[in-house]
Amino acid sequence: MSSPDAELTRLDAAEIARRVQAREVSSVDVTRAHLARIDAVDGAEGGGLGAFLHVAAEQALATAAEIDAEIAAGTVRGPLAGVPVAIKDNMATRDMPTTCASRILEGWRPPYDATAVRRLREAGLVPLGKTNLDEFAMGGSNENSAYGIVRNPWDPSRVPGGSSGGSAAATAAGETPLAIGSDTGGSIRQPGAFTGTVGCKPTYGTVSRYGLVAFSSSLDQIGPFGRTVLDAAMLHEVIGGHDPCDQTSIDAPLPPVVEAALAGARGDLTGVRVGVVTELSGEGYQTGVLSAFTDAVRVLTDLGAEVVEVSCPSFTSAMPAYYIIAPSEASSNLARFDAMRYGLRVGDDGSHSTDEVMSLTREAGFGPEVKRRIMIGTHALSAGSYDALYGKALKARTLVVRDFAAAFEQCDVLVSPTVPTTAFPIGDRVDDPVAMYLADLCTIPANLAGTAGLSVPCGRAPEDGMPVGLQVMTPALADDRAYRVAAAYETARDSAAGAPFASTIPDPADLDGRAPLRSVSTLQGAS
Amino acid sequence: MTSIVEAAPYTVEEVVERFDPVMGLEVHVELNTATKMFCGCRNEFGAEPNTNVCPVCLGLPGSLPRVNARAVESAVLIGLALNCSVRERSGFARKNYFYPDMPKNFQISQYEDPIVFDGYLDVPLDDGTTWRVDIERAHMEEDTGKSLHMGGATGRIHGADYSLLDYNRAGVPLIEIVTRPIEGAGVRAPEVARAYVSALRDVIKGLGVSDVRMDQGSMRCDANVSLKPKGTAEFGTRTETKNVNSLRSVERAVRYEMGRHAGVLLSGGTITQETRHFDEQSGTTSAGRPKETFADYRFFPEPDLVPIEPSDDWVEQLRAGLPERPWERRARIQTDWGLSDEELRDLVNADALDLVADTVDAGAPPESARSWWVAYLAQEANTSGVALTELAITPEQVARVITLVSEGTLTNKLARQVVDGVLAGEGSPDDVVAGRGLAVVSDDSALTAAVDEALAAQPDVVQKIRDGKTKAAGAIVGAVMKATRGQADAARVQSLVLERVAAGS
Repeated sequence: MSSPDAELTRLDAAEIARRVQAREVSSVDVTRAHLARIDAVDGAEGGGLGAFLHVAAEQALATAAEIDAEIAAGTVRGPLAGVPVAIKDNMATRDMPTTCASRILEGWRPPYDATAVRRLREAGLVPLGKTNLDEFAMGGSNENSAYGIVRNPWDPSRVPGGSSGGSAAATAAGETPLAIGSDTGGSIRQPGAFTGTVGCKPTYGTVSRYGLVAFSSSLDQIGPFGRTVLDAAMLHEVIGGHDPCDQTSIDAPLPPVVEAALAGARGDLTGVRVGVVTELSGEGYQTGVLSAFTDAVRVLTDLGAEVVEVSCPSFTSAMPAYYIIAPSEASSNLARFDAMRYGLRVGDDGSHSTDEVMSLTREAGFGPEVKRRIMIGTHALSAGSYDALYGKALKARTLVVRDFAAAFEQCDVLVSPTVPTTAFPIGDRVDDPVAMYLADLCTIPANLAGTAGLSVPCGRAPEDGMPVGLQVMTPALADDRAYRVAAAYETARDSAAGAPFASTIPDPADLDGRAPLRSVSTLQGAS
Repeated sequence: MTSIVEAAPYTVEEVVERFDPVMGLEVHVELNTATKMFCGCRNEFGAEPNTNVCPVCLGLPGSLPRVNARAVESAVLIGLALNCSVRERSGFARKNYFYPDMPKNFQISQYEDPIVFDGYLDVPLDDGTTWRVDIERAHMEEDTGKSLHMGGATGRIHGADYSLLDYNRAGVPLIEIVTRPIEGAGVRAPEVARAYVSALRDVIKGLGVSDVRMDQGSMRCDANVSLKPKGTAEFGTRTETKNVNSLRSVERAVRYEMGRHAGVLLSGGTITQETRHFDEQSGTTSAGRPKETFADYRFFPEPDLVPIEPSDDWVEQLRAGLPERPWERRARIQTDWGLSDEELRDLVNADALDLVADTVDAGAPPESARSWWVAYLAQEANTSGVALTELAITPEQVARVITLVSEGTLTNKLARQVVDGVLAGEGSPDDVVAGRGLAVVSDDSALTAAVDEALAAQPDVVQKIRDGKTKAAGAIVGAVMKATRGQADAARVQSLVLERVAAGS
């Protein structure tokens, strides 16, 4: 951290935006500071975090210069103009590769931008690059990436969570103040909890999926990462809103999340009814997670909230239903990767038929978890098992929707731990898919119901020192409630601790005496 | 055994002595919407390969479909014209299978809840009777791309060196119309099949929602045929003959399959459920790709699209705007215009019915309109080798020419020159009249001057007229016509000559 600008990477996005737009610092300097930070801590080959799959240094600096010029001329595109952002590598970007961390898409450059990406650009944010993930967003630890693991900045021997592990780790480590990810069963909130960052899965249909490479279309949702609740809310407002290119996009105003975050930060939750979900705690939950969660609920009570216990019995069948529905949709969504039009092609040597080229390519191009889910999904949709598996899962999904509806009659928001445990050691669960799937236990219900959920850090587990997440869930189109509650909690948490939680994230560059990390230019060559 | 059967299939008459044929017809119609089913790419036939494509119809990762409202409207119109019910809430489904010309390796279609269902079509047969064909459903889906297999002898995938893919057609909106089993047609089954497809084509053409060109593939028929022994209730095993692409082929394919099935069954064999390919040259069918196992398309609701819920008001509005059935319209026109059967058939065969009707609608008498299109313009089209409908003249323009003649502005001879001028791109009939200076000289002062000049030049003729030999006036009329280069109305000149002579000038 010898660079004079290094402290810029410790600032939150709202503060960076203020300084850039007040011309106290240039967007170019901010961008350069973050690129230097990436260079210092990210190189995976040197044991770095491995959060980025592609760093677009030159483009980022050019964009930043453009924004600086605009600001100098008196034009500010939006509240986050000039602030760097990282993009999960399952969203189409016309000027960067899009791999989904899969071999099968190696080298693919989309001819178009995802709507969320386009909105980032239009709002004047500065894309730094594409972040690592579990292949096709299938996983909860980022160990399923074909391009290497991501390490948790709090403890490089542990996973950052997944599937948006790269976005979460990069945000936590100060490689970027903001990132976007996607959440199908918890893929934003779970890594948010594991890395001590704020992550939100918006109401289904409020952020366009156009350009998000589909894993499970009825569950996927793009959402923001930040180190503060306000930062996440500001990014949420940039990417959200109706998009005619996505027919599942809701033609309604986005809930006022920034306003809610600002209101919540005043620290008053009087009259807010908070439901603690009985089914999302207890046996199997790590002690330190439960104690951090209980402390957080007590803080909410102190802030004036009315806390009640709520039962959602169907939530126990949410996970099995999810592991039928998501693979079923995935088996169809991933059928297009057949070597015919883009990406990897194996066996095209004149001695193999079309079908054989497809098979060989898919054999070589898909990792084991992706293959497992394609097989499960293909089976679940086949004539003999459709009713018993897919049909039954849809019924369970309906029950989850009903439980949410009943619960939200009694309270304004529901809370739970975001994940039953803290971040686990790398390699711990790779041979046990079911143990891996348990990491999504608390987050899946909101995906099945299409409702919103947000994870905000609520301290650390005493036994391992790793961060714990508090999940706040709201009814559809009431995402603002989650931001209000989380912001109020965040204010109380930081004032009790005497420092912002984000400032306690250890600097991975200081964690051990690792050799200098792989350079940014090498990284770019790799993708 | 197969070759023996195919060499001597049974005639339809022989088949129906022992069996009742059962048919099921599946017709795919490509809609003529401006854009594709799920994206904004142009929907056009014959463009340069892979020029009408975008991330959506190429199925690029991340892209999402959005429904073409005009295609939904067309589907509802087709359903209403086929007396179907319109579903209040209808959804799309994914049909999953692998094929290189299908970009997503699934087709967005409809499965359990097609947009329209339970209808019928009363099909006119050659003998003037009608046959009711029950419609099970019509649903929306997207077309696939096209594979061109290169280097082989047959143009089919076997033996080809390589294949080329054209995705222009991928995502073109299709409506698939499925009949219920057609039973009891007996010896007329092949005719009923042809007449059904023909009537369906006419109905859809009348709606204006498709070009329904079987030769260009914008209408394609799959014919399912099975036989059941007379007196039994259970259907026999069916075969599906794919992509039969002319009306005549529909009839021939059904006829051939009936005979072939009978041959197999009567020699103690069994029919294999399979798809078959119809060969236009030989009029026979051959087994297509063998289906070793029943295809499992793993249909499930398309999660990228929301259900379609047509409002009652909208449906009723569309119903109210439905055009007449083509054959009913023809019957009405025949009566209104007083045409013989033969005259009507000539009009239809010349593809001139709509043109003449439009010309009549633009104000022309049916007789003149028919005469222009069937006689003069049909000949012009023939000479220049284009379809009558593609001639560079509109029914409105023809009607204008007819009006100019009836008003006396043009003679028939001049009118033909005006039409030639329009065809040559010289503008509207009035433009041509002005541009070529073709109007009949009807200005009496100009004509009178010409008449006086001719009379002065031939005093002997004047005398003859005065003597009561009015036929002599012909010489003066001829001179005037010559002087006006034929642009005068001869009858008018004749009367002027007599007037001027009588006036004693």
